[in-house]
Amino acid sequence: MKIGKQTIKLNSKPCIYSTSSIVGPKEMQGPLAQYFDMHIKDIFFEEKSFEKAESKMLESCINNLIVKSGISQKDIDVIFSGDLLNQCISSGFAIRDFDVPFLGLYGACSTFCEGLLLSSLLIEGNTANQVIASASSHFCSAERQFRLPLEHGNQKSPTAQATVTASGAALVTNRAVADNGIHITHVTPGKIIDLGVKDMSNMGAAMAPAAFSTISNHLTDTGRDIDYYDYIFTGDLGVHGSDMLRELFKNEGIDISSKHKDCGVIIYDENTQDVNCGGSGCGCIASVFSSYIFNELKAKNLNKILLVATGALMSPLSSSQGESIPGIAHAIAIENEV
Amino acid sequence: MNTNLNISNSEYDDLISKKAQKSPMLRNIFFAFVIGGLICMLGQFINDTLQNYGISKDDASIYTSISLIFIGAFLTSINLYSRLGKIAGAGSTIPITGFSNSIVAPAIEFKSEGYVLGIGANMFKVAGPVLVYGVTSTVILGFVYYLFNYIF
Repeated sequence: MKIGKQTIKLNSKPCIYSTSSIVGPKEMQGPLAQYFDMHIKDIFFEEKSFEKAESKMLESCINNLIVKSGISQKDIDVIFSGDLLNQCISSGFAIRDFDVPFLGLYGACSTFCEGLLLSSLLIEGNTANQVIASASSHFCSAERQFRLPLEHGNQKSPTAQATVTASGAALVTNRAVADNGIHITHVTPGKIIDLGVKDMSNMGAAMAPAAFSTISNHLTDTGRDIDYYDYIFTGDLGVHGSDMLRELFKNEGIDISSKHKDCGVIIYDENTQDVNCGGSGCGCIASVFSSYIFNELKAKNLNKILLVATGALMSPLSSSQGESIPGIAHAIAIENEV
Repeated sequence: MNTNLNISNSEYDDLISKKAQKSPMLRNIFFAFVIGGLICMLGQFINDTLQNYGISKDDASIYTSISLIFIGAFLTSINLYSRLGKIAGAGSTIPITGFSNSIVAPAIEFKSEGYVLGIGANMFKVAGPVLVYGVTSTVILGFVYYLFNYIF
């Protein structure tokens, strides 16, 4: 049921039944290492190219989810998946061997929430019972598509973010089929917001206004205030983008600093890991949600969260043509049944 | 645009410039100067040594370039040049070792797409513009030089 301007209230409260995550070596050195299900030691994952490695990572992640959830492939109605590579090849090739309908998504780093959002809507409409939402990114495959070759000696801007090597997947179920008390209660699909930022090495600032717009519309639509939630998790604004988001809220007289965490910031240790402003990429919020956040929800350390995935909808081509960076953010309210 | 943002593009731009962390300019310039200078000193050392062993000045310059190109390519292949570049910036991109790096780096990266469509098509991805405009401006300058000599 639509409420307010752009929020959908899910009366059936679809359940996030289980999650699965896999990360690369660098993420394993980060502060969230203990929460990840699996990790790869070698950035090539025993494959011949980075793209193949990314596909294999996503495939392992979804396989792990299926095993963890104790379901079989035939029980899954649809898999939503997306990544950063042209034509979403990581997802296409990863899901090639699954005997499950596949819907590919592109929302840049917002893909995971877009997948969760669509999954929950399918379940709300009673057209599916068990749906998988997943996303992945790989530092080396993204870097070579969007930036310069890895071995090229250059300096990065202090506002740049590093693409996270990770995949995350979540199984969304109809509560009648499986329920663990963690429910999606509202979803707010975002509008594209573009405040004219053109700097490709400052995507955090380009996406922050979209995150602001979606979060504040979500709060207005649901009649909630920021204190309703234990935390608002954005992904991946990075250090600078988070700062910009806080500034935008400060302009409206709202202080979100104690209520806001960014997945791109918490996945790495910014002081020791040489990642400039933090992590980015589809796999960032996907893996952080599927590990750390979901764990905290299960342990009831967190009970009400707003998950806001932000994406920068540009390509190297549009940037070369002088276009600015359109930002998007999708919000999902996840609450523990008390 | 239909948004609830009470901030204009230019106000937001100002806010970014105020909040964004700046590149450590002085530190970057210092390391670019020192490391770039060291690379040039290495070149001079090779050149002087060769001339000392009786190689003509012209030949010594060519051997120096070849040696530096090899060093750049070798350091790139063992993933050291990118680390050097992180510290030195323009200090390691401007000398001929950096030019070598900009050709070897894509060659390594695009090997997965094969020898023709991968390495062949992408090897000059970074260095290509330098070559195009380098050669073009050399031709133009050569022409001007020729005219100048011809007239005066």
